[in-house]
Amino acid sequence: MALKSERKMTSNRQLLVMVATRKGAWFYRGVDQRKNWRTDGPHFLGHIINHVVLDPRNRCTLLAAAKTGHLGPTVFRSTDFGQSWKEAVKPPAFASAIGGAIGGAIGGSTGRAVDHTFMLAPGHPDEPHIWFAGTSPQGLFRSTDDGVSWAPFSNINDDPQYRKWMGTAQDGTPDGPKLHSIIVDPRDPTHLYLAMSGGGVYESVDGGRTFRLIIDGLDVVEGFDKNDPTFHDPHCVRLCPGNPDRLYQQNHCGIYRLDRPSTQWRRIGLSMPKAVGDIGFPMVVHPRDAETAWVFPMDGTSVWPRTSPDGKPAVYATRDGGASWQRLAGGLPTGQAWWTVKRQAMTADQMDPVGLYFGTTSGELWLSRDEGARWDCIAQHLPEIYAVEVAELASDPSA
Amino acid sequence: MKVLIPSALRSYTEAAQADADGATLGAVLVDLDRLYPGIRFRMIDEQNRIRAHIRFFINGTQVRDFALPLSPTDELVIVQALSGG
Repeated sequence: MALKSERKMTSNRQLLVMVATRKGAWFYRGVDQRKNWRTDGPHFLGHIINHVVLDPRNRCTLLAAAKTGHLGPTVFRSTDFGQSWKEAVKPPAFASAIGGAIGGAIGGSTGRAVDHTFMLAPGHPDEPHIWFAGTSPQGLFRSTDDGVSWAPFSNINDDPQYRKWMGTAQDGTPDGPKLHSIIVDPRDPTHLYLAMSGGGVYESVDGGRTFRLIIDGLDVVEGFDKNDPTFHDPHCVRLCPGNPDRLYQQNHCGIYRLDRPSTQWRRIGLSMPKAVGDIGFPMVVHPRDAETAWVFPMDGTSVWPRTSPDGKPAVYATRDGGASWQRLAGGLPTGQAWWTVKRQAMTADQMDPVGLYFGTTSGELWLSRDEGARWDCIAQHLPEIYAVEVAELASDPSA
Repeated sequence: MKVLIPSALRSYTEAAQADADGATLGAVLVDLDRLYPGIRFRMIDEQNRIRAHIRFFINGTQVRDFALPLSPTDELVIVQALSGG
């Protein structure tokens, strides 16, 4: 379903690209129809920043998920576009298995501890102070005060069944198993989706109090039982703003589409070129046209190099809901480029034509102003990029 | 009690040294968090475990027991173990 665009790019509109990296965060402010970008950073130099998000509801509050190599995880807030930051009073933390006693024995607890907050997700527009956070290891947290304080949310974190489905750290991604892809249905604040690597895809229709599995049709690594959620590894799930009944997913085992109310995922990645395959991390959807989505394939053969296939990076787009895919590599290196793009490091703006952005594991930030036809590198020599988000600013905050 | 703060935590204290009170190591760390909110969670997780790269020394001896009795003349040194890249 295509919606009529009301967001033609004009010269006075400003975009903010937020880049989270292994060594800090950088912001890029775009003006002049995305031709020029002003660098702002580093913020939190030396900190591991997994995600930075601007609240789309007030276009003012910035949240950053941070930790360092030596210190525990936390969340920072800014209400002046990063000129100053204040730490959350109560960062995401699991319930204490020892009752929170101070001065007790060391190392005796079997409870889980948040290693890092991986994803920050603003709540529904009708709930302007709600935020969600997904962590590693897998945990779901909620803030009801704009990210100042966080509490475990839902029954997922400590329920024995969910804990079994989450598996162990050995079953997760190399830098820790994650809860990610927290999605709030734009039509209904009680309708949520989330995904876990590993652990599968879930839906809630009661505001997050309970969740149910949606893994039918998803493949798992050969030899494992696809009925066991433990073996499912969704890398990135996106809901189409142009049709909230459609979801796309980049999975460890292919690219999928789901059209609700069906609960059966369909592997649309089978129509990708065989030499490229349909393995990757990110999934990006068009802000208005639910037939259009983009992926960034990587080499998932043999030992899983997790590089661009054959050292030739390219975005692939579908314009027909996954029936066919087109290679989009104009301006990208034509060979010997062995980077890839992580699951939160590719996104789209809401302009017309849509701008696409991705950050690489080698620290480059790439932009396409024409929905992927042509790419330009707008920053390089950054640390490994973990996440890229883009938002439209209400006005020039530095003016 | 005198508490020496490692560089990674000086964003909280804005100084290399702090003063905190308490009859045990655990109590001193709670008092430090009262003075500098958030600092304890960066060192000790929600299960009361010391984080991987944090070490505590009392008068030069490494300690791991939060119930360890302390006196006001003791000196607590918080160390961030060097690692990573």
